Amino acid sequence: MTGVPTDSPALACHGLVKRYPDIVAVAGLDLEVRRGECFGLLGPNGAGKTTTIEILEGLLDQDAGEVQVLGKQWRTDRDELRRRLGVQLQETQLAEKLTVEETLRLFRSFFTEGPTVDELLDVVELGTKRGSWVGKLSGGQKQRLAVACALAGRPDLLFLDEPTTGLDPQSRRQLWEVLGRFRAAGGTILLTTHYMDEAHALCDRVGIMDKGTLIALGTPRELVASIGAEHVVEFAVEGAPPADETLRALPGVRDVRHADGHVALATSELHATIPALLDRLRQDHATLSLLGTHSATLEDVFVSLTGRHLRDD
Amino acid sequence: MTDRGGASHPLVELTLARFREFLREPEAVFWVFAFPVIMTCALGIAFRSRGAEPVIVGVAEQDGAEAVRRVLDEAGGFTVRAIGPDEIDRAVRDGRAPVVVVPGTPPVYRFDESRAESQVARLAVDRALQRAAGRQDAFAADERPIDAIGSRYIDWLVPGLLGMNIMGTGLWGVGFSIVQARTKKLLKRLVATPMSRAAYLASHVLSRLLFLALETIVIVGFAWVVFGVGVRGGVAALATLALTGALSFGGLGLLVASRARTIEAVSGLMNLVMMPMWVLSGVFFASSNFPEVMQPFIQALPLTALNDALRGVMNEGLSLVALRGEIAILLAWGLGTFAMALRLFRWQ
Repeated sequence: MTGVPTDSPALACHGLVKRYPDIVAVAGLDLEVRRGECFGLLGPNGAGKTTTIEILEGLLDQDAGEVQVLGKQWRTDRDELRRRLGVQLQETQLAEKLTVEETLRLFRSFFTEGPTVDELLDVVELGTKRGSWVGKLSGGQKQRLAVACALAGRPDLLFLDEPTTGLDPQSRRQLWEVLGRFRAAGGTILLTTHYMDEAHALCDRVGIMDKGTLIALGTPRELVASIGAEHVVEFAVEGAPPADETLRALPGVRDVRHADGHVALATSELHATIPALLDRLRQDHATLSLLGTHSATLEDVFVSLTGRHLRDD
Repeated sequence: MTDRGGASHPLVELTLARFREFLREPEAVFWVFAFPVIMTCALGIAFRSRGAEPVIVGVAEQDGAEAVRRVLDEAGGFTVRAIGPDEIDRAVRDGRAPVVVVPGTPPVYRFDESRAESQVARLAVDRALQRAAGRQDAFAADERPIDAIGSRYIDWLVPGLLGMNIMGTGLWGVGFSIVQARTKKLLKRLVATPMSRAAYLASHVLSRLLFLALETIVIVGFAWVVFGVGVRGGVAALATLALTGALSFGGLGLLVASRARTIEAVSGLMNLVMMPMWVLSGVFFASSNFPEVMQPFIQALPLTALNDALRGVMNEGLSLVALRGEIAILLAWGLGTFAMALRLFRWQ
């Protein structure tokens, strides 16, 4: 990477604070993103993810705290940083009546080095759409175009704010592949998402944000392991479910949570928990209206940390 | 050669992008090209040179009406309408008859003092009736009516419409697209690149200059073909003025759009800026109709300067040197507003 001591992290912030008149959006955040890694900021809407990323992108000024990007400061090295960062914003609507190629030519013209327009089209697999108006693209194609615009200057560091929100599974996977190629070429990524599987699939490390601070940090595997259970059993009954103490006493159960009228049991021994649960319900003459299990995910980590679901929006 | 991966200089790409976006917006094309032509056509027909048009005179239906009618028919140049005795006021008010003669000795003229048309009709009727009653003119003036190209109302009107159009499309074209880019967060996305902010703003003004060449050709070409309106001072002078005007109003458009967050807000501001100029700057009637005390202000308005200069070139064949005062006013507005916009501009 050009002219920067490679031992400095790609991104570091310390004691970051951003206040708005009615809310403290970021409340003393510390964060470090290593070179070459993909770091995911996870959290529900309103957690402060977008505010954080926009401060790091130099689009917002923080009220307190230090930010270093690629070892540089926004205050003194703004022009250089603008050349070396790629940015995709959450709500940007590119001009609808320009074609894909025209849009990329425009963005490419702002940079004095980087891939050619044709190469950019190839990277995001929009070669066949080069002559189409942006307004006629599907959601997934628009997002890939937004990422291609972010890649126009061959950035060292790529910021992505909810890059796949609202996309169908296939489109998300295509975008992940684009990001995978960027990483393979040595790029660093900071992305925000509220999709757990996205964080799982893409990120080396994940920071979970809630109410403007980081409440957990680690690899996806570490975070899932931290709730002490690999599986989650969800059920619902007609009428009142058994008391929490009763459920907690079932074999394997580590934690009991309630959400949306469901009960979720975090368990380390699925094969022991389920028969015991069914026995218990039979004794109570309770009628089961829902029963399901899944492997514990970052969602479960979030719920166990905050008692709320990520997508409570 | 700078590596831009197959793209041109950012200012070129930004200007091209604006140009393409505009051309792909059918409504915008209509308002810029078709609307002024329709307007010129409609106004041209309404105010075309009518030659010696007959003066309409109302005659109250009562004793003696027939005699008055006969006198006017003999004098020639009058269209006589019979007006019921109780309809006289209304006929004058709604323009059916600008003057109504109530026969008698002497006759009574009913007319509206505040309307030129009414005044003229009164004078014409009076002259005809006086002559018929035996008045001798003290002398017969040698009357030489002018109907040369360049001095008709349409010749006066077309440069005004062109000026108004340069103002309107300059302000709307720049203002709308900027506020739209702001609401769609496109501005925010652009400032996250190394793009020069001045280049972005300049591209809006430049793309206006491109359209303007087309607009001017359409309007002046139409007026030339249909009404025979000419450009005495030469096409180069006209083009220079049109470009200077576009620069001026492009800058004003940037300034108006520099803070507005919504299309509604910018629309209101646009109207606030344009309304006084529509009225004061001599589009449909000469700005000299306004009191002397207002003149310094009116003359400093960019549309006044542009209209005066356009008329100077098209009708009087003045050179750009003779119009340097107007051109200086336009340039001052353009550069001043551009500089202010660059300072005040809200990018997010």
